[in-house]
Amino acid sequence: MTIYLPIAELPVNIFTLLALGIAVGFISGMFGVGGGFLMTPLLIFLGVPPAVAVASVSTHMAASSFSGTLTYLRRKLVDVRLGLVLLTGGLTGTLAGVVAFMLLRRHGQLDLVIAVTYIVMLGTIGTLMVAESLRALLREWRGEKANVRRPGAHPWFLRMPFKMRFRQSRIYVSVIPVVTIGFAIGFLGALMGIGGGFILVPALIYLLRVPTLTSIATALMLTLVTMTAAILMHAVLNQTVDAVLGLVLMVGGTIGAQFGTRAGQALPAEKLRLLLGLLVLAVGLRVAVDQILTPADLYAVSIDEAAR
Amino acid sequence: MRRLAAPLMLLLLVLAGGDARSAEMVLSLSKARVTITSNFTGDTIVLFGVIDPGEAARPAPQDVIVTVRGPSESFTTWRKERFLGIWVNVDSRSFLAAPSYLAVLASRAPELIASPETLRREQAGLDNNRLLQRIGSDYADVVPQDPFRQAFLRVKQAQGLYFERPAGVEFIAPNVFRATIPIPGTAPVGAYEVVVKTFADGTPVSRGTLSLEVAKIDFEQTVATAAQDHPWLYGLATALAALGVGFMANVAFRRD
Repeated sequence: MTIYLPIAELPVNIFTLLALGIAVGFISGMFGVGGGFLMTPLLIFLGVPPAVAVASVSTHMAASSFSGTLTYLRRKLVDVRLGLVLLTGGLTGTLAGVVAFMLLRRHGQLDLVIAVTYIVMLGTIGTLMVAESLRALLREWRGEKANVRRPGAHPWFLRMPFKMRFRQSRIYVSVIPVVTIGFAIGFLGALMGIGGGFILVPALIYLLRVPTLTSIATALMLTLVTMTAAILMHAVLNQTVDAVLGLVLMVGGTIGAQFGTRAGQALPAEKLRLLLGLLVLAVGLRVAVDQILTPADLYAVSIDEAAR
Repeated sequence: MRRLAAPLMLLLLVLAGGDARSAEMVLSLSKARVTITSNFTGDTIVLFGVIDPGEAARPAPQDVIVTVRGPSESFTTWRKERFLGIWVNVDSRSFLAAPSYLAVLASRAPELIASPETLRREQAGLDNNRLLQRIGSDYADVVPQDPFRQAFLRVKQAQGLYFERPAGVEFIAPNVFRATIPIPGTAPVGAYEVVVKTFADGTPVSRGTLSLEVAKIDFEQTVATAAQDHPWLYGLATALAALGVGFMANVAFRRD
């Protein structure tokens, strides 16, 4: 059964879209990532114009992150205070990212910068996560005790001034690194057209040492706010939000996210981190392969502006 | 039956108002408006044409080339080159006001119908359509062998929006022809131009044009116009709908 998408201006199979929503929703609920870095390329593959894909995915991400945030809020796993501090940096970062996006597009190298950023970010984060979680699993397998966090063992950047206590996350750290992380996520998110959850979760876990589940829950809350802002921004500036596409995706996505959230809680934290690390690494490799392999056609055609 | 009725009617029309001075044509489309609704997956339109043979001394047109052009858009064609192991866009060419949809339907392969010069002048055949490029500060069409031009045609053909069918025009009687114009589901919305040219012994004889419209209606149109005219409202409504769906799913699946 096909459905015509009024803004994307093409017919697609409704079941393909639903399945896509459920699969990506499952992953986003499980790992607390928005899923944009998976969904956007898949939609473009289906023939949806990139501008419409990026804008419409934000509606799907808003819906599934809201659903996930509610679940985590009820389980009291969201660190609202940490989320708000991250947001102050995040919103400034988004603005800087939008400006960088415009400058790079003017010089015609936006695609390349996006691809290289993807490869570097995903490759680094994926490798770090996989290595760390494998070490943790190995320790457990050998029956060794995990390192207990000692209060005095904070790295230098957490010992900077303006310290703040985040009770939910059980950390007492300087706000400077928190705001900086928020800024970086906002910047990369705007530049790469993603929610940034898959970068934020490891950053919270490894840099700020927030417990895994709290990191996931707080990242979901952040995704919710940034994606709701993104819907409005895209709708007003580009008119590229396809409500029909978004609705089908979000119905599948929210259902998938519910199961994903449960699956995420059923798994031990180390295994969850290993899986997310592998996923991030796989997407990074995929982008790298695309850039290195000789393309089928050395020429590509894009529609100028017109915001179609 | 409707397919037969149309050419018969046209024949009557031609006989009634015959002007023998030049070979005239009467054209008719099975519908002049393609409407896009939620189950739209593409459509086909049938074009009927009747050629008035004119005075017996004149050669009867032997060939027909139908060209359908969708609304114009500007495109950029990029060329990639390997740089430090990565494929990078190194060069680009702007195609200004190129048709977003281009169908060439002919009674036989265009190169058999007339000389390359004539075809080029008449813009008959996929390779002979004028595609204006911006080269530096100049605007011009280039030779058909230009790699950017060929790449542009190749990509558009792969997208199913450009095509040439050498057997797309069929004569159902000596002076009556029929052409089927496929409109794919991804066809852009807007005004389309149908140009029919007839040839006899390699020279153009007559030409006729029709217009065709592809438009969204009902729900599709409502959504598209709302997004255009009330972007704030549309954005807010979409955002609220998203939150609503998220909330409902959360409540529906609540277990604790």
